[in-house]
Amino acid sequence: MYVSQFAVLAAVLFSIGVYGILVRRNGILVLMSVELILNSVNINLVAFGALRDNIAGEVFALFVITVAAAEVGVGLAIVLMIYRNRRSVDLSEVDLMKG
Amino acid sequence: MESLSVFGGASVLAAETAESIFHASGWFLENAWLVPAFPALSFLVILFFGKRFPKGGSEVGIAAVALSFVFAVAAGIQWIGQVNSAGEEAAVDAVSSTWTWWVNGGIDFAIGTLVDGLAVVLMFVVTTVSLLVHVYSTDYVAGDRRYTHFFAFLSLFTAAMLFFVLSENTLQMIVGWELVGVCSFVLIGHWWEEKPNSDAALKAFFTNRVGDIGLLIGVAVLFFAAEGTFSVLELNKMAVAGEISHLALLVGACALLAAVMSKSGQFFLHTWLPDAMAGPTPVSALIHAATMVVAGVYLIARLYGVFFEGFSIAGSSVNLLAIVGGLTTLVGASLAFVQRDIKKVLAYSTISQLGYMVLALGVGAWTAAVFHLFTHAFFKACLFLGSGSVSHAVHSFDMKSDMGGLRRWMPHTYKTFVIASVALAGIPPLAGFWSKDEILAGTGGWGLAGGTGGNGAYLAMLIMGLATAALTAAYMTRCVYLTFFGEFRGHGTPHESGPRIVVPLWILAALAIVAGWVNLPKGFQPVPKGWTERFGHYVEPAADYFPSIAHATPSWTLAVLSTVVALGGIAVAARYYFGRVRAESPAATEMGRGWTKRSKLAAAGHTLLAKKYYLDHLYTGIVAGGIKGPIAKAAYKFNQDGIDRVVNAAGERSVKAGHVVYDIIDQKVVDGVVNSSGVAPHLAGEEMRKMQTGKVQSYAGIVFVAAALLALVFILVL
Repeated sequence: MYVSQFAVLAAVLFSIGVYGILVRRNGILVLMSVELILNSVNINLVAFGALRDNIAGEVFALFVITVAAAEVGVGLAIVLMIYRNRRSVDLSEVDLMKG
Repeated sequence: MESLSVFGGASVLAAETAESIFHASGWFLENAWLVPAFPALSFLVILFFGKRFPKGGSEVGIAAVALSFVFAVAAGIQWIGQVNSAGEEAAVDAVSSTWTWWVNGGIDFAIGTLVDGLAVVLMFVVTTVSLLVHVYSTDYVAGDRRYTHFFAFLSLFTAAMLFFVLSENTLQMIVGWELVGVCSFVLIGHWWEEKPNSDAALKAFFTNRVGDIGLLIGVAVLFFAAEGTFSVLELNKMAVAGEISHLALLVGACALLAAVMSKSGQFFLHTWLPDAMAGPTPVSALIHAATMVVAGVYLIARLYGVFFEGFSIAGSSVNLLAIVGGLTTLVGASLAFVQRDIKKVLAYSTISQLGYMVLALGVGAWTAAVFHLFTHAFFKACLFLGSGSVSHAVHSFDMKSDMGGLRRWMPHTYKTFVIASVALAGIPPLAGFWSKDEILAGTGGWGLAGGTGGNGAYLAMLIMGLATAALTAAYMTRCVYLTFFGEFRGHGTPHESGPRIVVPLWILAALAIVAGWVNLPKGFQPVPKGWTERFGHYVEPAADYFPSIAHATPSWTLAVLSTVVALGGIAVAARYYFGRVRAESPAATEMGRGWTKRSKLAAAGHTLLAKKYYLDHLYTGIVAGGIKGPIAKAAYKFNQDGIDRVVNAAGERSVKAGHVVYDIIDQKVVDGVVNSSGVAPHLAGEEMRKMQTGKVQSYAGIVFVAAALLALVFILVL
């Protein structure tokens, strides 16, 4: 059991996700990056669940997958509405909440 | 009890085992839950599979409501049989079947049915009108873009109303109450693509929310006052037996009255009901005339022990309930005069008649109120469906510009409409006369020959009732003239509606004639003794959950007087419309140089009515929009001109004396501190503002940095 390998994979995925969220301007790619982060957490959950021989990790991973599906559904709907209103999904243009 | 073994945990509650109490039983009475169950099931079926049926689901709705009707009638027959077998004098206890819904904190929340004469009457009214409206709708909304949806919600409404009517406890009543409200909202906004319709739906919903707060408060107050019971029977029993403090009853009854005022369109929360006419006409007939709007009246009748004791109805001459009812009946009747829209005339008429019922309950004439509810449902549903038939022919609801002379083309609609109008106006021997007269007698106000023995001396209510009788007769005459007489003012050639519209109209018109005969007054000589007061005998509870109310003796004098008053109303309106207006021109809708044109006072009165007593302006312009506008300005002005002037005059000298102190201490020291303490957050705010870029990614960056810092702290410290 090489938990460290899983942990490294998760860390790499997480970092890619964070990078994507912070620098990509395309709303859909940002959503995909969020998915990457969620899945890196899933890998961690399953890996440590297996390490400790505890089913809770896998159960939590299932929950995360479900929530992620709902979240991406809402997220894509928002992106779609932004696209309809502005004909673009460039997040840097969406700054109506500017203080 | 044995017959209920089919339903597992069910049990029939036997109330008290006094010798004189007769325990009614019967399969249909104990299984009354089936009555709302059929339309509830049909709602689901129509909603999910309706479009697959050859007739778009309407046949499912009609079948379900027909089944409900059969079961309701069977329950009614069984109830009558039970009362008969109990004998003339015995008190018949209500049939209450309860199941445990859920248990929480040691309190058993029950769900169940409570069947007695009152519930049986309402079941009959709701299922009858609903069945006829279903049939009528198959023609009226044929080809509608949401035909299936419409029938689904008619089913849901019927189920919800029956659920409410059969409620065994107040919690269940709240559920039914809210469900009928939602159905009303959905159906008013059936054609929501047009802004006025969705506005009307929202107005109805929000106005009802105001009252719903009262319902919640009232139910909660009564729950705690009655030491933790929601049961309708228990609440009534404790109230009647004086086990609940009078103050708690008064507070609870006042809160519930707020709910009644919104749901049953009582003055001053009635403004939603005329707007609700934006919905399809069958909906207006079913929901906003015959059934849902009487939910408030039913609530009072159901919890009459609470209201009777809370408002101390016995032996008084005035109380809140009677005043609200009396004002409503006058306001509604006067507003019905100035409407151009035929449905709005009927809507204000409904408000007025609902006021009659509340007035009757307020003066202790319980049976008269329920009887009027019963008769009103039929003739008002007939009038609404008739107006729908007319609008089907002329494609409009505007009496002045698109109707007139329709009796030539629409003989059936015309005849049924006139029958129902006469019933509404209260001309004997049609239905409205008997119930209206019983209400007037119930006020016990005047002590007219033989007309004594009510619960108090409600003279003011008697006068209001008589005035309304005259107004009602007059505005219905105007409505009939503008619609069916004179010359046709619309476009094209009108045509009579099809059989699915005309047959329900005739059934309702027949009921509008005969419904009053079920409760002929006591001592009515032309019929045998056993035929009088049948309705009161079967419906009014004599058991210990009902207050001991005094019954007014009917009076011939009063009956003649009210008939003369109603005929007088018809005569005045007929002289104006059939005489002078028609003489001017067959197409005219009013006198060219009429009363309102010649007299400034009359014109002002007309404007006041046309503007609906300015209540809508009051709510939207002043209460809603104006709190921060005019009222705030007025308060400011009062502050500046009134208070400040007084303060200034009184304080001028002390101000002068304190000027030096002011210059040094206040301006330099205190203000300096205050100002600088204001400047700091201001500058900080200016800086912080820059962080609010509005860009999602910069926020995300901040979150990640913060999370990373937090993680670092955890790793280093822990």
